[in-house]
Amino acid sequence: MSTHSVTAANPAAVLHHFDTAEQQRDAATLGMWLFLITEVMFFGGFFTAYICYRHYYYDAFVAASHTLNIPLGAFNTAVLICSSLTMAMAVHSAQLGQRKKIVTYLLLTMLLGATFLGVKTIEYADKFEHHHVPGPNFSFPGVENAQLFFSLYFGMTGLHAAHMVVGIGVMIPLLLAAMKGKYTSDYYTPVENFGLYWHFVDIIWIFLFPLLYLLGGHLTPGGGAQH
Amino acid sequence: MSTVSSTIPEAKPNYLTSDFSIKSWLLTTDHKRIGILYLISISLMFLLGGILAGLIRLELLTPNGDVFQPENYNKIFTMHGVVMIFFFLIPSIPATLGNFLIPLMIGARDLAFPRINLLSWYIYLVGGILTLSAMALGGVDTGWTFYTPYSSTYSNTYVMLTALGVFVSGFSSILTGLNFIVTIHRMRAPGLTWFRLPLFVWAHYATSLIMILATPVVAVTILLVALERGLRIGFFDPALGGDPVLFQHLFWFYSHPAVYIMILPGMGVQSELIAAMSRKKIFGYEVVAISSVAIAVIGFLVWGHHMFVASQSWYAGLVFSFLSFLVAVPSAIKVFNWTATLFRGSNAFLTPMLYAYGFIGLFTVGGLTGLFLSSMGLDVHMHDTYFVVAHFHYVMVGGAIMAFLGGLHFWWPKMTGRMYYEPLARLSAVLVFIGFNLTFFPQFILGYLGMPRRYHAYPEEFQVLNVLSTAGATVLAIGYLFPATYLIYSLFKGEKAPANPWNAKGLEWEQAPSPPPTFNFDHTPEVHEPAYAYAPEKEKEVVHA
Repeated sequence: MSTHSVTAANPAAVLHHFDTAEQQRDAATLGMWLFLITEVMFFGGFFTAYICYRHYYYDAFVAASHTLNIPLGAFNTAVLICSSLTMAMAVHSAQLGQRKKIVTYLLLTMLLGATFLGVKTIEYADKFEHHHVPGPNFSFPGVENAQLFFSLYFGMTGLHAAHMVVGIGVMIPLLLAAMKGKYTSDYYTPVENFGLYWHFVDIIWIFLFPLLYLLGGHLTPGGGAQH
Repeated sequence: MSTVSSTIPEAKPNYLTSDFSIKSWLLTTDHKRIGILYLISISLMFLLGGILAGLIRLELLTPNGDVFQPENYNKIFTMHGVVMIFFFLIPSIPATLGNFLIPLMIGARDLAFPRINLLSWYIYLVGGILTLSAMALGGVDTGWTFYTPYSSTYSNTYVMLTALGVFVSGFSSILTGLNFIVTIHRMRAPGLTWFRLPLFVWAHYATSLIMILATPVVAVTILLVALERGLRIGFFDPALGGDPVLFQHLFWFYSHPAVYIMILPGMGVQSELIAAMSRKKIFGYEVVAISSVAIAVIGFLVWGHHMFVASQSWYAGLVFSFLSFLVAVPSAIKVFNWTATLFRGSNAFLTPMLYAYGFIGLFTVGGLTGLFLSSMGLDVHMHDTYFVVAHFHYVMVGGAIMAFLGGLHFWWPKMTGRMYYEPLARLSAVLVFIGFNLTFFPQFILGYLGMPRRYHAYPEEFQVLNVLSTAGATVLAIGYLFPATYLIYSLFKGEKAPANPWNAKGLEWEQAPSPPPTFNFDHTPEVHEPAYAYAPEKEKEVVHA
């Protein structure tokens, strides 16, 4: 232990197996990117199923897609993009070591994330009322195989929402650490890496919104089989 | 342990003697201790999977299904597959030898994320307990492949609990892979360039790529099955318009690359054993290194060969068949280059090398019979027969487990500081080889003659070959029990191992004592030569000529 040199500005923060703070930060960031790649593959299974079934049941997907609330979806998209901005500002403040600003921007990000989830709850409740939730009580008169669309809708947006919930949960310890002034211009890796995660969750939604809400929107439901 | 502790006063503490409390093991972040924890866990799983295999062979001793009820037989082969694949083969070499050796081989004090490494073991443990509890409650009968719609709709066994265990354990292998990639990228000692890395590290790098890219896909596939089975949200149910073959595509998109998760680390071990025991640099080192990555990449493009007879289009079958032939090329490069390394080498006949010889022969048979199966015409005949069973056991047992045992013997002195009893070890290596061939070679013939897999009864004309196979399994079991006995015995009574008993090259042998101290090296090593720099005089001659 005594023989390796510690050249970091803040030697206490460098773990025993790293030589420098820079090496430690590089390792953490590379690890985070790799984790996000595994997340892409994880969502990939749903996207593959979506592609297959959309191809099989084009008309059903168009009809089912028309029941989604585009204004609410668009509002949520805007909310998430704003939350990515506040997250980026939180990272920026962390890099400058501005304690109060990190706290403010993290709180704003949490608030916007919670808003997204609130709106999502309203949309889910609407699906329950119209019997569009897959299962024994599902009904979508006149269109066959529409249930697959809603299975994918709930599966994909549900998994996305679960990632949002986890994200908001992870922000709590970050917030507490930021309040204590743990993040300085020398050490801000956790905020930066969490920012990568939050942007990733945002990007997933950027794909989900057009796939589920918008595609086929110009076609008449039930009669738009001109592909 | 008393003999070990009595030597402490003279010796500097190593990773085993630094702290003896149970807490220091259960909360350790030392990659070497975590490797040992994994070694104990996977060995227990191997024992369990082996007992289940024994029950299968017992039932197949006679043509009539007279030992187990058919449904119980289904549960036995399912649990054999689940335990062996997800809880033994996938973590076997990476989580034990890989965990222990990668930081030592690259001159690092630990993996990049030591706490995540420990977490991966606990996740493995939770996954294992879930799956074992499913087994204790009554088992599962879908086959390890969990094909829908049987798994999602019809089977009334503990599918969910088993699948949950597999789902959870997948995250342990994702975390291991992630940790290895970051470690290999960011933690190499000064002077250790990519093309100076031991081939063991290259093989684990390629394995880790598969772990992080493929494992999430099986996780989401299991999630889809769980949603369908638990909440009746249909993704694969034909009654709701779902396509069961989509499950097969998603499942094999993981599970075919997963066979490379199982064999690639074995190939890495193989390169180390052959270089050290023939005292030569691996022939075509760079090509062997790159071929590991090539296997990882091409391995992602061949999954369709599991669905030649499952409604896949003729054209897709043709492409997948071609790609499956292509993935044999980098594997063949490795086999040829190992053989070329042996040519005019000072080849030792020590135990690790016996396993290495066995690997070359058995993996070649396993690989070549894979080409039979990737030919569409032949596959129609042999699909789901014992030919397939024999093929993948030649690769998995004849390849991966041979390499695991060879590697375990080779690095045993480094891991434990003790030498094992060589004559007994050689005898058991020979027993394993004979037992293995006697078990699985008759299955090629059985499959070719048309005996289907996963049946508890068979026509009488197949009995002779089945009796041979069961007899072989008995020899194989004895061959496996020997190492378990003499290796444990060596912990207490074995001769003390020097730092480099094989006089091998590599940082783990040359720069660290046996067993290594907690932080591996007293000084961060610097590397000035390529890997496997054996016989330097000869190389100089070539350069000057």
